[in-house]
Amino acid sequence: MQIQSCRRGDALYIYLSGELDEHSASQIRRAADEAIDAQAGVSRAVFDLAGVRFMDSTGIGFLMGRYRRLKKYGIAMYLENPDRNADKILTLSGIYALTPKQQGKV
Amino acid sequence: MSNQMQLKFLSRSENEVFARNVVAAFALPLNPTLSELSDVKTAVSEAVTNCIVHAYAGGEGWIVLDCETQGRTLHITVSDSGRGIEDVDRALTPFYTSVPGEERSGMGFTIMQTFMTEFSVRSEAGKGTKVDMRKCFGAEAEADAR
Repeated sequence: MQIQSCRRGDALYIYLSGELDEHSASQIRRAADEAIDAQAGVSRAVFDLAGVRFMDSTGIGFLMGRYRRLKKYGIAMYLENPDRNADKILTLSGIYALTPKQQGKV
Repeated sequence: MSNQMQLKFLSRSENEVFARNVVAAFALPLNPTLSELSDVKTAVSEAVTNCIVHAYAGGEGWIVLDCETQGRTLHITVSDSGRGIEDVDRALTPFYTSVPGEERSGMGFTIMQTFMTEFSVRSEAGKGTKVDMRKCFGAEAEADAR
């Protein structure tokens, strides 16, 4: 599981790639939080899931955890480019009500 | 043609990817679609993660994965000898988690139920838990064709 982040304008982009499960989520949690803390002045954070080849419910827990952290800073969170299987789980969980899916460029 | 396999492994989180990929490889001769295969991998990952996170709660124990094929149906059981579930009905409730502070979504059983054709769970407190799942490959395509 890899995580990369960059700032574009008023948005923080966090790119996830690999297989997001309980094992890998515990490895990238701190890196994600450090990226958020370092860019606490942005108004939006976008999690790009184009590189995520597998995701289970641990991924939902991971994304919800980052949503709560961003909310403390008043930063809105968005998701983009989930593959069909990630999209199925994200839809089932109802997380899009909190972190809307936005159309991303792949 | 029926085929069977059994896999026994330690409740370490690095074995989550191992377990789901083994089941996917075993299921390949049944010609699942990519979407069906992904459903199975996700359901197995959920069941195995439950064993690691809840049944053994970070400690080490054995997880036993049994698979059997019958026609185009894959039957999977995931068993542990961990702490067991006191209230199975409550555990099956969407978004219920026994560990609210740990970023758990409470969606594991809901995903297994949704992604698999059949699902059941038996558990005894202090003895362990057994999850039974079936996936009928081709069922969605047949339903679409009707």
